Amino acid sequence: MHFIPLNNYILLSAIIFSIGVIGVLVRRNAIVIFMSVELMLNAVNLLLTAFSVYLGDASGQVFVFFIMALAAAEVAIGLAIIVMIYRNTNSIDINVLNRLKW
Amino acid sequence: MNTFYFIAFLSVFFSILVITAKSPVHSILYLILTFFTFTIHYILLNAQFLAIVNFIVYMGAILVLFLYTLMLMNLNKESEQPKSNLVKIAAVIGGGCFLVTIIAATRALGLSDPVVLKDPNLGLVKNLGKTLFNEYLLPFEVSSVLLLSAMVGAVLLATKDPKPTV
Repeated sequence: MHFIPLNNYILLSAIIFSIGVIGVLVRRNAIVIFMSVELMLNAVNLLLTAFSVYLGDASGQVFVFFIMALAAAEVAIGLAIIVMIYRNTNSIDINVLNRLKW
Repeated sequence: MNTFYFIAFLSVFFSILVITAKSPVHSILYLILTFFTFTIHYILLNAQFLAIVNFIVYMGAILVLFLYTLMLMNLNKESEQPKSNLVKIAAVIGGGCFLVTIIAATRALGLSDPVVLKDPNLGLVKNLGKTLFNEYLLPFEVSSVLLLSAMVGAVLLATKDPKPTV
């Protein structure tokens, strides 16, 4: 049985987190932006689990459980807001909402 | 050992496909595959409870919610105009800066210890439940209030009001 160095888990989580950041910045579809946020949350979850196993402490996995509950709430609210935006503007392109900038 | 690297490669590959797929439905399907690879990562770490919860909550609940929203609003058209190349390059640089920082930090730290599972009962439901209800009882109760308020808020936001109240 071989064991994985902790650095590899950190690198994997960092790569997936950066992919999520790039997805939020590049895409204009609001739902794809939400999916990129989910990707970032999952990268953090994986890192918390790896550190929890590394340190032999169960608290990290309990934190992942809380993050999952938070992600469920966030997705429900976010998709409701997207539905409302779609009803008002007939599109989910976030550039339609550029009046929010001021 | 090779399993981890293979699954890690699949995670990165599918998550790149998520943000580059043209159609939103394809993005969601690739996201399901990405979450499945995360479930395998949890199983490799012997976090059995998290693997099951990730499987049920993420792949079952959250992604079905995404798919239903897309299908109910009939958004499955590739109408998205891509952003300009300048914005794309800036986004890749912005995300890459974070990645380079982390890689440099781990390089500077040198070789790390391997992730060894000392206690095989660590990720089991019994052990996690004891930690959850002994040390984190108050956050657990607060998260139930959070879920309730999220449910009420989602219903309130998504329903059309028939007559606008003055």
